[in-house]
Amino acid sequence: MLKIENLHVSIKGKEILKGVNLEVKKGEVHAIMGPNGTGKSTLASVVAGKEIFDVTAGTITYKGKNLLEMPIEDRAREGIFIGFQYPVEIPGVSITNFMKTALEEIRRYRGLQPLTEIEFRKMMKEKEKIVELTEKLSNRSVNEGFSGGEKKRNEIFQMAMLEPELAILDETDSGLDIDALRIVANGVNQLKSPDNASIVITHYQRLLDYIVPDFVHVLFDGTIVKSGPKELALELEEKGYDWIKAEYEQRKKQ
Amino acid sequence: MTEFSQFIQKIYSDTKAQLPDCENKTILRLREKGKEYFDEIDFSSLLKHDKRLESLQHLDATSYQIELQPPTYRPVEEYFKCKVKNIDTQMSVFLNGWFVHDHQPLVVSPDGLIVGSIFAALKQFPELVLPYLTTNNRDKKNEMFAMNKMLFNDGLFIYVPDNLIVEKPIQLISLIDTAKNLLINNRNMIVLGKNSSLTFVQCDDSIHYQKSFINNATDIHLSENSELFYYKMENKDPDSLLFNDVHVIQKSHSSFYSNAMTFNAGFLKNRIDVNLTAPFASAKLYGLYLVDKQQHVDSQIFIDHQVPDCESYQLYKGIADDEAIANFKGHVIVRPDAQRTLASQTNRNITLTDEARITSQPFLEIYADNVKCNHGTTVGQLDDAALFYMRSRGICERNARMLLMFAFANEIANYIKIESLQTRYKEMIRKRLNGELTVCDQCVLHCTKFLKTEL
Repeated sequence: MLKIENLHVSIKGKEILKGVNLEVKKGEVHAIMGPNGTGKSTLASVVAGKEIFDVTAGTITYKGKNLLEMPIEDRAREGIFIGFQYPVEIPGVSITNFMKTALEEIRRYRGLQPLTEIEFRKMMKEKEKIVELTEKLSNRSVNEGFSGGEKKRNEIFQMAMLEPELAILDETDSGLDIDALRIVANGVNQLKSPDNASIVITHYQRLLDYIVPDFVHVLFDGTIVKSGPKELALELEEKGYDWIKAEYEQRKKQ
Repeated sequence: MTEFSQFIQKIYSDTKAQLPDCENKTILRLREKGKEYFDEIDFSSLLKHDKRLESLQHLDATSYQIELQPPTYRPVEEYFKCKVKNIDTQMSVFLNGWFVHDHQPLVVSPDGLIVGSIFAALKQFPELVLPYLTTNNRDKKNEMFAMNKMLFNDGLFIYVPDNLIVEKPIQLISLIDTAKNLLINNRNMIVLGKNSSLTFVQCDDSIHYQKSFINNATDIHLSENSELFYYKMENKDPDSLLFNDVHVIQKSHSSFYSNAMTFNAGFLKNRIDVNLTAPFASAKLYGLYLVDKQQHVDSQIFIDHQVPDCESYQLYKGIADDEAIANFKGHVIVRPDAQRTLASQTNRNITLTDEARITSQPFLEIYADNVKCNHGTTVGQLDDAALFYMRSRGICERNARMLLMFAFANEIANYIKIESLQTRYKEMIRKRLNGELTVCDQCVLHCTKFLKTEL
């Protein structure tokens, strides 16, 4: 589904990703972990299409297409969803109106009829339940005046509405208390299917108690330095990242 | 002296014997007074401020003319239909600067409400009109008002007696439909008695492309504990010059609410002066201007807190596209006696291109020490982060921009208290931002079709 090969990315001349390789197949859940400032969010941003990043080498292929050449909105229309670490506030645009416009455009792109008002309302109600969002909230402006937890729940709500094939959740757990974490994780798990895949970016193992990954990758110094099964996350939780760093330095010397 | 002032003076000397009530000495004195002030004004420096106004310097007598006679009566339904759904108003129509009526220039309702042409009111109720007409001395600082005073030919007069709540909004529609380039000076007057209430909706539209120069002055007097809701909509063609000068005098516990929306304009200047002359009066002013191409809109607000315990609130927003120009000038003065004043002024603007220009000049002048005043002004672009966020959800850039602009502009429409009007204005905002609303397909009026077939 998604294939990242030898991805090099810099911002203002400073190289952040230095050759990332990652392949994600249908039905898989990948976790990307690593200390702060190692390029985890950059990876998500490049997939999303943020223009401040320069891709200096490498490719990203999504469903056989060159993702890097796709306009931002087409990435979403092709089924990619990014849950942002810092969702933006959009005063005056209600969540309802926002989702309606997004869904309409995505459906049009896919050659589908727009939902009727009744279908849309019904869908909103269903998805609100998944993330325990109240109806009151969805009438409010997108993220405006939302607490940190509400913003993250709103991200998962949007994900539920847009039914992506590939979801990338960038530090969705940061700033969440345990209840919010449960709600968010629950939402993600409910949306899991054999046809879609997700990448969970986090630096705590905490979230992975709820969302169980098939693979865990450690991103350090702009590359994936270690990959393993879900147990790797537990090991990281217990031992921290120092041993990974040491291993990496060792390899570098050789 | 500029060509412009020469031109206006020539018009005055040519037409003064034919202007309405020219035999009335008080009115004549009024006009002469206006002329006196007008003569003193140095137009050359005033006109320099703007390129389009500069063109006024080179007006010759053939540029514009005054319509000295009202057009022959035709039922309004023949050429105008209001497009606001489910709005029930008492409609007053001005065509080419003259009040349209069928031999009834003034209507006095059983409840005491008076609505009609100002000169008819002057004839029938001089005691109601004259005091307000003559006491106003704002012409010293106000060139366009001085000109209006010299030349005014007609205008709408509304009198709401004490304790009357007027349920049905009164709607004033000013249309221009002539092959001539008209110069129109209308003088409107709205007088509210004690404990009365009125909603007034004013629509400035032009029917077809013809140069016009409209210079309106509106006087509003709000007695104790009265309230006026004043909605204004302007949708003018690119060749129009429109000056709207509103002067408000408020007594204690009165409230003035105004909401002015400009969708299209040539050169347009909205000026509102609010005088809070007795305690516990409140003024709330909202405004929205959406300009593109080479349109120019000025909003000039002056609020005079003369006494203690009054409040004023301003929220003006604007979007300028292409090479359009918008200026906001808001002056609040809090006089030494005006303790416990609450004054707030906010002006938010978005420019969509490098060539569009918005100037915002907030100005608070405070001489009392126990007051709460704040002001804020911004001129910026659409939020890139929000645009990116929306696109990442599958919304194309154009629609994302549209949603943001609509959200920005909609805030002003949200303050409209008449539901049907609010719905209509929101639709107009949406159409305007989509580029669907131009003056030629006449938003509020579908009169264009009507007239084009007729002409």
